[in-house]
Amino acid sequence: MSLAVVLILLVVGSVIFHFLSPWWFTPIASNWGMMDTTVDITFWVTGIVFVAVNLFMAYAIIRFRHRQGQRAKYEPENKKLEWWLTVITTIGVVAMLTPGLFVWADFVAVPKDAAIVEVVGRQWNWSFRYPGDDGVLGASSAKLTTPDNPFGIDPQDAAGQDDVVVSDQELRLPLDRPVKLLLRSTDVLHNFTVPQFRVKMDLVPGMVTYVWLTPTKTGTFEILCEELCGLAHFAMRGKVIVDEPDAYATWLAQQRSFAGTQSLAAADPVAGQVSYATCAACHGAQGEGNVLLNAPALAGQPGWYIDRQLANFRKGLRGAAPGDTFGPQMVGFASILDAAATRNLIAYLQTLPDPRPEQSVSGDASAGARLYDTCAGCHGVDGQGIWTSNGPRLANLGDWYLERQLKYFKQGVRGKHPQDFHGAQMALLMGTLRDDRAIADVVAYINTLGSGPAMAAAGTAAR
Amino acid sequence: MSVATHDHSDEHDAHGPEKGLMRWIRTTNHKDIGTLYLLFALVMLFVGGLMALVIRAELFQPGIQFVNPDFFNQMTTMHALIMVFGMIMPAFAGFANWMIPMMIGAPDMALPRMNNWSFWLLPFAGAMLLATLLMPGGGPASGWTLYPPLSLQAGDGFPFTIFSIHLLGISSIMASINIIVTILNMRAPGMTLMKMPMFVWTWLVTAYLLIGAMPVLAGGVTMLLTDQFFGTSFFQAAGGGDPVLFQHIFWFFGHPEVYIIILPAFGIVSQIIPTFSRKRLFGYDSMVYATASIGFLSYIVWAHHMFTVGMPLAGELFFMMTTMLIAVPTAVKVFNWISTMWRGSLTFETPMLFAIGFLFMFSIGGFTGLMMAIVPLDFQYHDTYFIVAHFHYVLVPGALFAALGGAYYWLPKWTGHMYDETLGKWHFWLSTIFVNLLFFPQHFLGLAGMPRRIPDYATQFTDWNLVSSIGAFGFGFAQLLFVWIVVQCARGGQKATSQVWDHPEGLEWTVPSPAPYHTFEEAPLVK
Repeated sequence: MSLAVVLILLVVGSVIFHFLSPWWFTPIASNWGMMDTTVDITFWVTGIVFVAVNLFMAYAIIRFRHRQGQRAKYEPENKKLEWWLTVITTIGVVAMLTPGLFVWADFVAVPKDAAIVEVVGRQWNWSFRYPGDDGVLGASSAKLTTPDNPFGIDPQDAAGQDDVVVSDQELRLPLDRPVKLLLRSTDVLHNFTVPQFRVKMDLVPGMVTYVWLTPTKTGTFEILCEELCGLAHFAMRGKVIVDEPDAYATWLAQQRSFAGTQSLAAADPVAGQVSYATCAACHGAQGEGNVLLNAPALAGQPGWYIDRQLANFRKGLRGAAPGDTFGPQMVGFASILDAAATRNLIAYLQTLPDPRPEQSVSGDASAGARLYDTCAGCHGVDGQGIWTSNGPRLANLGDWYLERQLKYFKQGVRGKHPQDFHGAQMALLMGTLRDDRAIADVVAYINTLGSGPAMAAAGTAAR
Repeated sequence: MSVATHDHSDEHDAHGPEKGLMRWIRTTNHKDIGTLYLLFALVMLFVGGLMALVIRAELFQPGIQFVNPDFFNQMTTMHALIMVFGMIMPAFAGFANWMIPMMIGAPDMALPRMNNWSFWLLPFAGAMLLATLLMPGGGPASGWTLYPPLSLQAGDGFPFTIFSIHLLGISSIMASINIIVTILNMRAPGMTLMKMPMFVWTWLVTAYLLIGAMPVLAGGVTMLLTDQFFGTSFFQAAGGGDPVLFQHIFWFFGHPEVYIIILPAFGIVSQIIPTFSRKRLFGYDSMVYATASIGFLSYIVWAHHMFTVGMPLAGELFFMMTTMLIAVPTAVKVFNWISTMWRGSLTFETPMLFAIGFLFMFSIGGFTGLMMAIVPLDFQYHDTYFIVAHFHYVLVPGALFAALGGAYYWLPKWTGHMYDETLGKWHFWLSTIFVNLLFFPQHFLGLAGMPRRIPDYATQFTDWNLVSSIGAFGFGFAQLLFVWIVVQCARGGQKATSQVWDHPEGLEWTVPSPAPYHTFEEAPLVK
């Protein structure tokens, strides 16, 4: 009896809950409203059957509970009833399937005027490519991928020269314009999901998949990876910003074309040496760093990382947070370097020797080794840095500097700026280092790195 | 059916079990091996459950509190592998070993020595799988589906994981061969196929599914192994391979696997409901045909796990249709169980409570399954917590509840004692409340877009994750009660009659409780 009461309460409760609950899809921001309608239909069909079956069962439990001397009716089968139930079930299934087929027909029919944007996922970030004025994406190949050409765009292909490449995790789309997103992955499986758009598709190495949609609301939405892609899977979050068409056009015009990124004048280390005179005061004549002046080592650090950090200082992503004592000193210096000067400077830094710094942090290196497992995914087993995962080199950087930066990430001094995607990822992962002890341990372990084969190989590949 | 000859010759027979530990190592007795399987499954339930609690503890709050993300991924992967291969499959193999010979009037399994081997492979394979957690790089962390290329970014434990999957597969295949041979060759005179208890039928279909599906998995993981160590490129795009090929291979195994897990559960429920309804199973023939057609259909729906990998359109359409189709025989089963209760004379002992709980909650999992069978809707649900909620509803209050119900149903036959009915009911109600607290909120999390397999989540998901974690710990501790009930029942208690329940149907109720070491040495005649 109590069982029947519970069943009835559950059924009634779940119906009430369904209508009152605020827990439902996020508000829609694309043209796929039909998707929601279809979901509603499936909830109605299954909901009605759920209620009917369970109320019937509850009724049977009350009506036919055992009483002394009562006998069950002998009724081993009833072919007619069984056929009816089968037919009704089939009709219910068809009723659920049919609207799904209509939505699906729309989903696979991409409008002819849809704009094209390419989305590339890699462990653990997003980048995007727009076709430029000709409306055609240039040919690309994984073989051509380099730090300067992360999309592997074929430099020989004329169609690729005006392609616009955006690598800072932000996808921008114009309002009310259909867009077809071509999805590629360069390492493992990823998945492109924007819950508000109601679209989802895997990124598969060696394949180009797609989704299409028309954004119907301006705003910023989160891009989630919903296919397990390794240890920072949970932190692989990008952003999509839907703009009014004018604002979108303005933004797009400010982005650099592929040809623009490739045709820069060859870097000149001699000119770089001249600029470096300013830096040398703190960072040392040989870029070896200076703990007393709180300046980290620059020699040996890959060029792409120095380039990004200088840009971060210029844009206020770094060195502007309260609590960051030393970062603000860099902002002024960074802003006197334009793109060409930065390239020259980096070319000069590549010519400097790469000494091992003195050690000042003491921790338990063997405990740190276990903690470092998490770091190795992006920064490399030998701390050599991996540009494809945006992990800078840690070896030979100076332990005092590492310790301070890790604490900054932990305290929220770094990684809190909304545009600082890679910093945010570091901040998320800082959960793995529980306290100052753990930070000291992992830094002590990093002190032992930098002389393995991975480091040697990275040395030749660095920019 | 009725039984003409009773067999009690064992009472005069001096041949009994060996004494001491060697009895369990060398045994070829189907009851001993059944017990071993069930105990192994019980241990693994707690090992896998502990991993689930690590996961739920980490997800109790946003942020990373207890474990690093890599270990978290190892936990989600190992939890699934242990629960699927180490817990639920061995549990049902244990039921099969104990009950199939007794249900068809056979003296033992057809291949007793192989039976011993198929059990004893399990502890070694399971230990090897668990040992990978201690190896450099840790255990597998790519999800139990082992999708490349991610699964190839693995530590030193990788080949051990593959080898233990091979061993677990060999064990399952041998057990299946044994079950098929036993059922087809050793039925008592008069026990025609269409008179067999439903549990035997579901296991016959399951055994064929296992023989068809396990070698495919073995082949797939072997290809992973050669990709990693022998320079092949089956799944590596850079060498001309295709990562999606692995998904096809995996799910060609993986979907039959879903029914390998649920069909024996259907069988147990089909035994319990008629007994406590005091009425024959309604629509026996259609149940048999439904089981067989589920078995067949389970081989042609696999790609519905892969709707978002960019399959050809015709493929998506085909798999959407077949998936909807499989709902029909499953619905037939649910209707027949309820029709069995209709005009019955119902009592609600613990096994019946678990069977009704199964009906209610398995159907929730079934309905959500229908929703995600529709391709565009799957684009909403795929790889979110909605999926996690769906398959846990099918596996935990579905398969596991059926196994627990079956354990209560046959415990008196196994031990000769009645279990404590009050505690049994407590166990049922605690499990039911907490399992819903655990998994129902995950539907909401999924609808709101929370991805699965993440150790940290956006703060808007906090509330329901907290509820879900509380449910997880409650459900975990409730299972300790089950262990206590089983121990208590094995050690003593009210003596069970040979019928145990109120005139249940089936040959297993014609032998004394506890069932003697050897039963049906002389075949009974079934009319």
